[in-house]
Amino acid sequence: MAEATHIPDEAETRARWGNFAWTDENQRKANEILGRYPKGREQSASIPFLDLAQRQVGAETNTQGWLPVPVIEFVARQIGVPYIRVFEVVTFYTMFNLAPVGRYHVQVCGTTPCMLAGSDDVLAACKNHGLMKGRTTPDGMFTLTEVECLGTCANAPMVQINDDNYEDLDYDRTTAVLEALARGEQPRPGSTIGRQTSCPEGGPTTLTAMVNENHDYRGEWGTANAG
Amino acid sequence: MLADKDRIFTNVYGFQPWNLEAARMRGDWDNTVRLMANGPDAIIDIMKASGLRGRGGAGFPTGTKWGFMPKEPKADRPNFLVINADESEPGSCKDREIIRHDPHKLIEGALIAGFAMRARAAYIYIRGEYIREAETLFAAVAEAYAAGLVGKNACGSGYDFDVFVHRGAGAYICGEETAMLESLEGKKGQPRLKPPFPAGAGLYGCPTTVNNVESIAVAPTILRRGAEWFSSFGAEGNRGTKLFQISGHVNKPCVVEEAMSISFRELIETHCGGIRGGWDNLLAVIPGGSSVPLVPAAEIMDCPMDFDGLKKVGSGLGTAAIIVMDKSTDVVRAISRISYFYKHESCGQCTPCREGTGWMWRVMERLRTGDAEIAEIDMLQQVTKQVEGHSICALGDAAAWPIQGLIKHFRPELERRIRDRGGDLAPMMEAAE
Repeated sequence: MAEATHIPDEAETRARWGNFAWTDENQRKANEILGRYPKGREQSASIPFLDLAQRQVGAETNTQGWLPVPVIEFVARQIGVPYIRVFEVVTFYTMFNLAPVGRYHVQVCGTTPCMLAGSDDVLAACKNHGLMKGRTTPDGMFTLTEVECLGTCANAPMVQINDDNYEDLDYDRTTAVLEALARGEQPRPGSTIGRQTSCPEGGPTTLTAMVNENHDYRGEWGTANAG
Repeated sequence: MLADKDRIFTNVYGFQPWNLEAARMRGDWDNTVRLMANGPDAIIDIMKASGLRGRGGAGFPTGTKWGFMPKEPKADRPNFLVINADESEPGSCKDREIIRHDPHKLIEGALIAGFAMRARAAYIYIRGEYIREAETLFAAVAEAYAAGLVGKNACGSGYDFDVFVHRGAGAYICGEETAMLESLEGKKGQPRLKPPFPAGAGLYGCPTTVNNVESIAVAPTILRRGAEWFSSFGAEGNRGTKLFQISGHVNKPCVVEEAMSISFRELIETHCGGIRGGWDNLLAVIPGGSSVPLVPAAEIMDCPMDFDGLKKVGSGLGTAAIIVMDKSTDVVRAISRISYFYKHESCGQCTPCREGTGWMWRVMERLRTGDAEIAEIDMLQQVTKQVEGHSICALGDAAAWPIQGLIKHFRPELERRIRDRGGDLAPMMEAAE
């Protein structure tokens, strides 16, 4: 649960990030993002730009990235609004990090559907692997955050690590995922019990024709009555 | 059970690819221009006749909502369609399946809905945490542009229509329609006062309609198969098919499309392998996502899963996110965790919600351990009534209702915990002690 973030010393971050600018690749992406919004509405790009900037910081530091003050100032200049208009967005949305995080950002869902399905065990597995809520491990590998519902409730409990979900977890399978990451492997995302997405375990109760072929049901529409 | 041929989301589990070629083989984008040839008003009439009620929780009739938009938009104030894919209600996980496995149903629906409401463009606002899902959606939209299905002269209809994807960054409140518009404009997602309603002044001050993903994605199939087909499912006033999401203590949690008004028992027995430990082990159910009050086992078992049926038992269908709790559940903790969720997600704009959600959570935590007095249960009930209805948006209500449901149905359990701890019998502490 929420702990106050320690915002790093500004003089140091300014020295490190004062010259932040888009990479060529991200400049191309930024132009594409701006193209989605009408002229004069560049502020709409604040969230996509902050996400892009956080990812660029992450790539430069081999972590999941964060948003130092000079980087937020850069984004504000890009969309032509005062710094505070962007800073307040950074603090409002949970996906923006105000302080550095590790290489793997382990976000365990603890909301009721996951809690009922055993998120306590997932958090226990994280704890016993040396992860502490709101902290980064000393080797810089893992940051643990308890987050609110990530919309994967039929596959609870779950954890989002960087851009991927690991679902249908228990204590042992959570440990296995963390150990694999620590070894530098990339475990297969999705259900950890081999389930097909949100289909009932053991096979679908409906739409069985879809399992083996891209079935077109339109041929059956006309038959009998509709309901 | 609903026949497979009558299911709209045939690729809901992603056994087959999501891409345009595969989607076309399943019937998407099939002669869309012919559907559009009905004309905007006829499309709205068909949607009204189908009886479709919004799938995002409030259940407002979709066709009627589309009809609120100006019929002759001005050049400097175009109409906009905003599609709400900020699926964040605890228990809900249906829009995710649509977006990652059947995105072309959504994009085709966006074109048809946008055409019907004379919109110039659609923005699909997808929650930031749906990272892979957003990647799929971006790719699907790019496919649709490349094939000429959206953009200039969409599908050869002569109608210009753009579809843009906008990612959020982790804020439950952005699922509220005016907060979503604020967020799309690049600001903090704090809800706006209504009126003006979005249909009058929404995104960038222009007329806007905000619809849930599922409401939009079912539209093309309704037009293809007719309003009578869709309205042949479900009870009067609750028509159609619906994606149900079942989580918690069932043997096989899943997402499944079923006819509206299916009974809770049939839904769980047919698709979820029954309640964990059998029906006698069922304690309570939250039938529509975390914002609706829980319903005790005896009342829910044979209840029809629709708007009116669940209203009768003092709850609501919401997003049809069914959270099942068996008798091993610490029900006070389950609701307290929901209170924590609302405390975390309150945007901080209105005082009753900002202060009330935190206060209610702290009292709930004390009730969980029994470290309270019995009179505090009544005080908590009273405070929920002071939060409910006194904030700009419905988050205050959503925070109050689960607690009210708990007190209504589980008051003896709350009192037992207090007594077991000796709380109410202990001598009252004096301020000076």
